[in-house]
Amino acid sequence: MIFLFYLLSGVALLSALMVVFSRSPINSVIHLIICFLAIAGHYILLNAQFLAVVHIIVYTGAIMVLFLFVIMLLNLNKENEPHKKLYTKLAAIISGGMLLLVLTGAVKSVALIPFNEKFDSQIGLVGNFGKILFNEFMLPFEASSVLFLSAIIGAMILGKKEKITNNE
Amino acid sequence: MQDFKFNIYDLSSFTHWVDVSLYSYCTPFWAMMWEMIIIGVAMLLFYAVIGLFLVYAERKVCAFMQNRIGPNRVGPYGFIQTVADLVKLLMKELVIIRKSDKFLFYLAPFIVIIVNFMTMAAIPFAKGIHAIDFNIGVLYIMAISSMGVIGVLIAGWSSNNKFSMIGAMRSGAQIVSYELSVGFSLITMCVLAGSMQLSTIVEGQSECWYIFQGHIPAIIAFVIFLIAGTAETNRGPFDLAEAESELTAGYHTEYSGISFAFFYLAEYINMFIIASIAATVFWGGWMPFHISGLAGFNNIMDFIPPFIWYIGKTFVIIWIMMWFKWTFPRLRIDQLLTLEWKYLLPINLVNIILMALIVLMGWHF
Repeated sequence: MIFLFYLLSGVALLSALMVVFSRSPINSVIHLIICFLAIAGHYILLNAQFLAVVHIIVYTGAIMVLFLFVIMLLNLNKENEPHKKLYTKLAAIISGGMLLLVLTGAVKSVALIPFNEKFDSQIGLVGNFGKILFNEFMLPFEASSVLFLSAIIGAMILGKKEKITNNE
Repeated sequence: MQDFKFNIYDLSSFTHWVDVSLYSYCTPFWAMMWEMIIIGVAMLLFYAVIGLFLVYAERKVCAFMQNRIGPNRVGPYGFIQTVADLVKLLMKELVIIRKSDKFLFYLAPFIVIIVNFMTMAAIPFAKGIHAIDFNIGVLYIMAISSMGVIGVLIAGWSSNNKFSMIGAMRSGAQIVSYELSVGFSLITMCVLAGSMQLSTIVEGQSECWYIFQGHIPAIIAFVIFLIAGTAETNRGPFDLAEAESELTAGYHTEYSGISFAFFYLAEYINMFIIASIAATVFWGGWMPFHISGLAGFNNIMDFIPPFIWYIGKTFVIIWIMMWFKWTFPRLRIDQLLTLEWKYLLPINLVNIILMALIVLMGWHF
């Protein structure tokens, strides 16, 4: 089991690095798909099977397919990276470094739990997941669904054809 | 009477015996490895046999629909025609396309095939013949089968051909939208079953199949599943991705020889998978046809082995899907998207609420 953890971590890290370093956008997307699959594997190791499958449906099945779709439609396969200005690079480095700082601070305070082979097989099942979601986290769940609804409506308004006004 | 019902063709004792004996001979790691190898080889054989048979069946059904004879020269009734086709495809040259992304070009058929195999792992073929019994089996099948489109998109893009590209684009738009209907119609049945585990779903139909238990919403869900499932396999009236009259062959225009055969095989196995999910969730999978109260009739039905029941139901649904393909003309892309987003999806959402109401009020059988 611990071997599987190291294997999945290695795959996830390597493919995440390849997302950044590969020249062609299509290759980046494919490496991102591999990265997401490795993370889904981690969820299964934690016995969160429902979360793993939802992760695959949402990210690999829907979002990544749309990414591939858009990149292919725009035909970004020419390997020409626009040369960024120096202050853009500097800003990117600073903001990235600050994110790293926050993440390190957050991860440092987390108590690591030892890896145990015998876990409670009832954690992470659909029934328990639904009960927790609709009891303890009812408000955030509903608030995020309203957020999604507003995003959908916004997309529809943006995508709607403007009415042609014939005033002449 | 009740325990006699399952024992006669119960293969789980056999698989359990194999499991125990493997673990007694080897270390746990190697026992697991051997089990994986046995299941993998069995799946591979099943895959090849089903694929070859379905190609033959499609040609015969097509011929029947069009008032022709169909393949009848190779073997009795042309039965080994597809084997001859396979040998021909194996000997053909693999054409390498200049200015194409070669790695992705050869990777694409394998993605489609791997996705097929991963889906087949969760399907219960008979009692005890079930590779992995997830507690979220239905959701797992939906998740994995939605990844097949990645293979199609990569194939279309890496061929460096406009026809392939358009085919892949159409396939992407089609599968992303029809996935919703497939998912929602299966979720409707999960509401009735109260579980997403495929073995529990099959056991729950021992008295009466879910399509009869859930009456109106179950029948609506079944029809929607058949339509959306046919669309998700890129078949029938929904074969816009490979519309041969407009796009040569769509996303696999540039593929030749065995890599074309992989795509061709994958299409048929996809159809088999969709049909077997429909058979499992709506018609009870390997569960024989039972009418509660008629013990004599039920016992006669139990004498037919579960695997025969499963294969029989699956092939009836496959026949319906072939019937679609050779009867209806192809839809336009706007008609296709209108059908999904303006008709199937709203009907489906109302249907889920109806099913939830029926389950809460106890109006099901």
